[in-house]
Amino acid sequence: MGMAAADLQFHVLAVDDCLIDRKLIERLFRISSCQVTTVDSGSKALEFLGLQELDQNQPCVSPSNQQEVEVNLIITDYCMPGMTGYDLLKKIKESSSLRNIPVVIMSSENVPSRISRCLEEGAEEFFLKPVRLSDVNKLRPHMMKTKCKSLPQQEAEKMVTKPKQESIEIANVQSQAQEPQQQTESETVQQQQKSQANNNNNKRKAMEENLSPDRTRPRYSSGLTAV
Amino acid sequence: MESVNQLQRKLADYTSSLYNENFLDEQFIQLQQLADESNPDFVVEVVSLFFEDSDRLLNELTKALNQPNVDFKKVDAHVHQLKGSSSSIGALRVQKICIAFRNYCEQQIVEGCLKCLQQVKNEYTLVKNKLETLFKLEKQLVDAGGSLPVV
Repeated sequence: MGMAAADLQFHVLAVDDCLIDRKLIERLFRISSCQVTTVDSGSKALEFLGLQELDQNQPCVSPSNQQEVEVNLIITDYCMPGMTGYDLLKKIKESSSLRNIPVVIMSSENVPSRISRCLEEGAEEFFLKPVRLSDVNKLRPHMMKTKCKSLPQQEAEKMVTKPKQESIEIANVQSQAQEPQQQTESETVQQQQKSQANNNNNKRKAMEENLSPDRTRPRYSSGLTAV
Repeated sequence: MESVNQLQRKLADYTSSLYNENFLDEQFIQLQQLADESNPDFVVEVVSLFFEDSDRLLNELTKALNQPNVDFKKVDAHVHQLKGSSSSIGALRVQKICIAFRNYCEQQIVEGCLKCLQQVKNEYTLVKNKLETLFKLEKQLVDAGGSLPVV
């Protein structure tokens, strides 16, 4: 018997103190067909996950809540007042019931020591903000790990082979290729705008990260060691 | 009344100028790509949040820098937030000034901070006006029966 559509949907918990970034992250994952829960602090994230802090030292697990909530990915900002993303990551990895949930850290600052510390603590990825749709698409394999554990073999295989939704840019290019049409004047202008904006963005990132303007921004994953 | 073609041309030229003059960067295009039939007002909603957030932060910064003893840690935290939100919507010029602003915070130079505050206020006002004009042009085009270009 097939599983309900809701069961096949990934559930993402997004943690960020900035409302704009919460909206962005929520939209990015919704477009990627995920269910999203957003919270504005690490402590609220732990509460949602059923890992409340009774005092500063001893976390307390609430088993009833634990079974109700299935989260396939936690994506959190690094720099937040009170509990940082790194603190949240540590608490999750210290919990026997939560440690298998993949955690992704986001930050607007490219600090190598911060990146390596998060990856060493067990973060799956470290993304520089603003997060893009292409970044979100990289996270499907990590979410698959949690789904595959709870799904029958056949269902898991179906999900793995199911073509994942690519970024909107790619979808547009494909549809244009399928229906060859004359390019309108406004489309040409848009392409020029896009390339101009791309160039500006790379320069901006390079300026901020002391990179050559020709290089695109770095992406960090657990496969890399930042020095 | 302007024709749909004229309005489309006007919108395309205006949008192009925002990128050429570095008011916006590629992140704004990313933002536009997140809007669809289910959420057509996504960009306007996010940009409105940016306006609210920036107004609040600029007020906080003005207060903080007018204190006899400036709390640079507090100032830096506000600038960090402003830099983050401007980066998230693609307001490039605001973001660039925030980077310089944070350097002055780190060095605890009040004059530099005040100078950057004035610059960031000016740039924010400019980009706010530009984005409001952009949204007006888009509305005019839709009201005239045209459709917004697919990003």
